[in-house]
Amino acid sequence: MAVQDMTRAERRQARRIRRFDNPWINPKLLWGVGLLITIIAIGVIGRLIWNLDLVFTGSSPLKLPPLGFENLRKQPGVLDHPLGTDGGGRDMLSLIIIGAPNTLFVGLLASLIGMSIGIFLGFSAGFLGGRTDDVIRVGADVMITIPPLLILVVFQSAFGDVTLTMMALLIAGFVWQSPTRLIRAQVLSMKQSGYVQMAQLSGASTFHIMFREMLPNLVPYLFGSFIASVTTSIVTAVGLEVLGLGPQRIPTLGRTIYEAINAGALIQNLWWWWGIPTLLLGVMFIGLLLINLGLDEVSNPRLRKLS
Amino acid sequence: MGRIPRSYLINRLTTLVLTVLIAATIIWIIPRLSPVDPAEIALGRMAAGAGSVANSEEILAQLRANMGIDQPLIVQYFKYLTGALVFDFGLSTAAFPVPVSTLVLNALPWTLGLMILSLVITFFIGNLLGALMVWDRSPRLVRVAIPAAMVFTSIPPILSGLLLMWVFAAKLQWFPLTGAYGIFVEPGWTWSFVLSVLHHGFLPALSIVVVTFGFWALGMRGLMISVQGEDYVKLAEAKGLRPRYILYRYMIRNAILPQITAFALKIGLLIAGQVLVERIFAYNGMGKLLYDAILNQDFPVIQGVSYVIILITALSVFLVDLLYPFIDPRIRHEAN
Repeated sequence: MAVQDMTRAERRQARRIRRFDNPWINPKLLWGVGLLITIIAIGVIGRLIWNLDLVFTGSSPLKLPPLGFENLRKQPGVLDHPLGTDGGGRDMLSLIIIGAPNTLFVGLLASLIGMSIGIFLGFSAGFLGGRTDDVIRVGADVMITIPPLLILVVFQSAFGDVTLTMMALLIAGFVWQSPTRLIRAQVLSMKQSGYVQMAQLSGASTFHIMFREMLPNLVPYLFGSFIASVTTSIVTAVGLEVLGLGPQRIPTLGRTIYEAINAGALIQNLWWWWGIPTLLLGVMFIGLLLINLGLDEVSNPRLRKLS
Repeated sequence: MGRIPRSYLINRLTTLVLTVLIAATIIWIIPRLSPVDPAEIALGRMAAGAGSVANSEEILAQLRANMGIDQPLIVQYFKYLTGALVFDFGLSTAAFPVPVSTLVLNALPWTLGLMILSLVITFFIGNLLGALMVWDRSPRLVRVAIPAAMVFTSIPPILSGLLLMWVFAAKLQWFPLTGAYGIFVEPGWTWSFVLSVLHHGFLPALSIVVVTFGFWALGMRGLMISVQGEDYVKLAEAKGLRPRYILYRYMIRNAILPQITAFALKIGLLIAGQVLVERIFAYNGMGKLLYDAILNQDFPVIQGVSYVIILITALSVFLVDLLYPFIDPRIRHEAN
């Protein structure tokens, strides 16, 4: 039956079936991606249209509220600083335009590196077995129980100021364990499957089997694991920043919260100072969670039926 | 040791010892790679206090000898390791003659109390709610309202802590803003002190609970879905057992097992999150101690706090691993 012969109801049903067939069109996944894109868009569009010099201390009046609100000195919010200013005279809007992408950048870079290490080690352990497997397995087991925050606290308080990239590299050293374990387990079970043995019999190289035959099957797991480690990385980065560590001169959301707490913003009712970065971080984490839930449903059809 | 075979015990014990050893080594190595000289920091503190310091070279040498950093590295390392065994991390440099272990011991009960309380509450509530989300007899409200609350799952507790602090402590003033007990209350086992502690601890615990229960609920939901279709549940229903009995004794009993393993893996992150909550609430625990030590560049205290928290994490994981065979009798650890 051609499309034009269908009734309206039939066409709608056909569309629904097509949609059902494609697991990637998942409302949770789309919402999550949408939220993260919004944050990136704030950073990109903001850089184009907003005066970023306002991020320097003292470039604006102190403690102005966002538009439509009044602060304790009865000053109304002004259009020049739509999200208000902080106690150091910095414009909140320019602070988040620069800070929010920085925070996301640390998370993405750290988990990208962590995942790469995890993929490499997980495959090596699962595929080579023997002594290599023992060393990697014990290493991952040991490292997974050490909270990254505490080691990094020692590191950064000993070294002082770090750059964003440096912090991402340090965090990457603590997010490779769960991907390693996950991939190792998957590889071990896949090694027994028919197509891998077929490839081995037909003389394919180990490299080919690992990355051409097995890796594509792991993609949903890898995505899920990647998102989980982005969350862990950002939580760790924000934790360091709230303790006053991390980059000292680059605006990040965590550092803004740190400064707000130290200046007593809670008692002074300067809610926008800590509230706006908190809100953005919240949106970021909710977006990551939704992506993770969506990916779960993509790779595990049993969950899909329920929602 | 009852049902736990010796090989399994040795295996777990090795992991425990390795974890603590590696963590302790990393914590020891890092400050030594840094260009910062602790003796110079101490001298700087003296200079800041007195205006100027005479004979600074001799004082530096004496400080280095006191701190033991004039000895060869290998000697320092083994001294440190033997010290770590008995929780001896030397003296705090900021609160000078006080040993680090005293500071840590004073802070530890607060952290442990808050931790156990909030962990138990979240684990209990989270798993129960997760199970109810799947159970077909739970009220409609539960099945609709909880998934909505689940959105807050991945938010770290410091963010929820800030929010709760603002609403309930700064605005409504129902709860105190900071501290672990009132400033006018004498610490001791008196009724007013206990009340004050509960009053102060409520918000920190709540800020951990509201954002972490969702993690367990989500995991439990996934597990319950797979248990739901099992034959033994169908059989129990066919036998006409009470639905509530089936829920607790058949479904939750089986679904909760992987959650306990997840609990062991999650402890480290939860403790780290709690340290941050303690910092923003200025709660008298390890978080505040750590934060003050960072401000003062008090390395012995930073090391001591990090070491003790890592030790707690590793020990909890070890205990969960050991208890697991008792909770899940199907697991028999065969010697391999």
